[in-house]
Amino acid sequence: MADNHTIEPQVLPPNPEKATLEGRNKYLGFWFFLGGETVLFGSLFGTYLGLRGGTADGPGPSDLFHVDLVFIMTMLLLTSSLTSVFAIINMKRGNYKGLLLWMTATVVLGLAFLGFEIYEFYEYNHQGLGFGVSAFASAFYTLVGTHGAHVTFGVSWITVLLIRYRKSGLTLTNAPKFYTAVLYWHFIDVVWVFIFTVVYLLGIGG
Amino acid sequence: MSYEKAQSKNVIWDWLTTVDHKKIGILYLAAGAFFFAVGGLEAILMRIQLMFPESSFIQAQTFNELLTMHGTTMVFLAAMPLLFGFMNYMIPLQIGARDVAFPFLNALGFWLFLFGGILLNVSWFAGGAPDAGWTAYAPLSSESPGHGLDFYVLGLQVSGIGTLIGGINFLVTVINMRAPGMSMMRMPLFTWSSFVASMLILFAFPALTIGLLLLMLERLFGATYFGVDLGGNVIIWQHLFWIFGHPEVYILILPAFGIFSEVLPTFAKKRLFGYSAMVFATLIIGFLGFMVWAHHMFTVGIGPVANAIFAVATMAIAVPTGIKIFNWLLTLWGGRIQFTTANLFALGFIPTFVMGGVTGVMLAASAADYQFHDTYFVVAHFHYVIIGGTVFGLFAGVFYWWPKIFGYRLNETLGKVFFWLFLTGFHLTFFVQHFLGLMGMQRRVASYLPGQGLDQLNFISTIGAFLMGVAFIILLVTIFTSMKNTTNVSDPWDGRTLEWTTTTPVPEYNFAQTPLVRELDAFWYEKYEGDGKMKAAEPIGDIHMPNGSILPLIIAFGLFVASFGLIYAVYPLAIVGLIISFIGMFLRSVKEDHGYHIPAEAVKRDKDGGK
Repeated sequence: MADNHTIEPQVLPPNPEKATLEGRNKYLGFWFFLGGETVLFGSLFGTYLGLRGGTADGPGPSDLFHVDLVFIMTMLLLTSSLTSVFAIINMKRGNYKGLLLWMTATVVLGLAFLGFEIYEFYEYNHQGLGFGVSAFASAFYTLVGTHGAHVTFGVSWITVLLIRYRKSGLTLTNAPKFYTAVLYWHFIDVVWVFIFTVVYLLGIGG
Repeated sequence: MSYEKAQSKNVIWDWLTTVDHKKIGILYLAAGAFFFAVGGLEAILMRIQLMFPESSFIQAQTFNELLTMHGTTMVFLAAMPLLFGFMNYMIPLQIGARDVAFPFLNALGFWLFLFGGILLNVSWFAGGAPDAGWTAYAPLSSESPGHGLDFYVLGLQVSGIGTLIGGINFLVTVINMRAPGMSMMRMPLFTWSSFVASMLILFAFPALTIGLLLLMLERLFGATYFGVDLGGNVIIWQHLFWIFGHPEVYILILPAFGIFSEVLPTFAKKRLFGYSAMVFATLIIGFLGFMVWAHHMFTVGIGPVANAIFAVATMAIAVPTGIKIFNWLLTLWGGRIQFTTANLFALGFIPTFVMGGVTGVMLAASAADYQFHDTYFVVAHFHYVIIGGTVFGLFAGVFYWWPKIFGYRLNETLGKVFFWLFLTGFHLTFFVQHFLGLMGMQRRVASYLPGQGLDQLNFISTIGAFLMGVAFIILLVTIFTSMKNTTNVSDPWDGRTLEWTTTTPVPEYNFAQTPLVRELDAFWYEKYEGDGKMKAAEPIGDIHMPNGSILPLIIAFGLFVASFGLIYAVYPLAIVGLIISFIGMFLRSVKEDHGYHIPAEAVKRDKDGGK
């Protein structure tokens, strides 16, 4: 029952997230889950690509999208991925305070991203792109909105972890939890890179 | 929770909170059997309506609902859960594990499936079941009035999440939880095929999730994806559905292949012929299963090039399947074959499935498919593969594993009566449907005109359906009258694999000592090369067990409530349901639950008690 106790940083195994069978299961299971999520987003991308021409006389991609806004959002999310990497580096060094600090930074950046996304949707709606106006509108909101829902879930998840484990120190139980949360966060980032390319760059360029 | 506390739980509470893979397996089997009976009754009602031309036994609308619910129920709520029941119970035993990788998620998967299935069937009492066919093609589904399709969308969504969770759980269990010596290439074929099927679940179900999400948003929230007037495209639904739907049929058949690959060697007293070829054939079928979805859409107009490519890819699947058929035949070749009920189903499967495979290749010829499409020929084809494959596999599994799971042997005489009645009824029902289809009878029609040469064959088909119904009743009689056969239940068939090394009833920790696996067919090897007992890989010690939890049920129940809120647009109710679910997840995340230990003395006591 060693996993019950807080382990001092100096006796922590080098990869605390994979030191127990539970941790290894969680790690592998989460990778599989991300595989499924890939198909999920792949289906949404396919739908969007199939429907992005169907604007039905409503506003289209080139009327709406602006590179500057999306660039800021991209930078926020990419930076948040970087901060989560710093968090894991700190975890492996046994610096629990650093882990919490960098994870908090990740949450803040994620919230900022969400703020921009809400502003973006509000603005598009204002310009006549209601959810059911055209097939393009529905497909756009569904794809980008599903990503936004993932960001929201990720922010909430990490926040719960940060509050729950604010004083516990690093243990063999919470190390896999932080690690999988960061995996999830990277995945959301990668999806955004594709959204940036397929939705926005393609929308503005073509 | 302490060991003593874990021992003294109320029975009902124990089942509602269980995270034991064996109990969850039994729950899956029970719920699956219930839905199997419901789906069977729906089929018999349809066959009664089609017994005579222009019959008015059932209204056309009700007929549409029956055919939709029959297909949906049989695929999602009967066949898959029954297979999941065996997978849950047998995979950990076959690989020498004490439990699955995620016991909590395993329970969650079951409750999600059950609540999804109940939700779907509530539609019967809430103004009409879904009526757009199990494939729910848009715009028929997106424009269908009433709430039937809403129940379809949310019921399948909820149960689909459960299936996905189950799939991930099996994948990790197989990779991480194998006993020492149990390398991948020593795993029993049932575990292998379940592993590949879980892979298919993982990569196929998200496409259905998105399809259902789109349909839900279009029906309930005013989105438009399928409305052509607003730039939509109805073919998107078909692609998403079949990207999921074609792998789905391999999800149904592969575990059944696995069961046959266990049953045939056991009753032929030979090791499986071409084990590694079987494994690779399974993997190839799983891979190709993702490459052929558009063969369901030959007549949509995706063009001759796409049709040709998908036709060739489809025909290619006949090769690994053929490898399997020949390996089963060569397993039997020269064996000392015992004609037990389980083996009869396996033997009956081979020719039946070959017939379904041949019509499959006929359908794969895309030019000819323009004639076959949407006729009873297709109905005959997929019933030959799904009943002849999956259902025969399930029945073989029932007779084979029943003693291990329930602690008594099913009566073989009654079992054989059941087999012959079922086999006869099945072929009577579906063989003639090939000809009905070739003569031009459309599938999914509620009636037909007299004097077109369809009367006689339809009548025969219905008689066959009655026979299958009678056979199912005999199966139930067998189950309830065999309870006294409680002798010789630990290893009744002179088994080859690890599940037969456990005592019956199987203790909650499965193996007092984790077994050491030295060869393929580990138990058989020890019987003939060792002393007939598995070598232990560890001394007897405390055994760590997970605690039961009511949270899986609560999380699933929350989604059930939320679904009603969405269907009837009562958004406060939807929010309440989601909050219930999220509180459940939150508690699970926040509360560290390290389980409890069964002390070594108790394990030793069980072992010496001869239990």
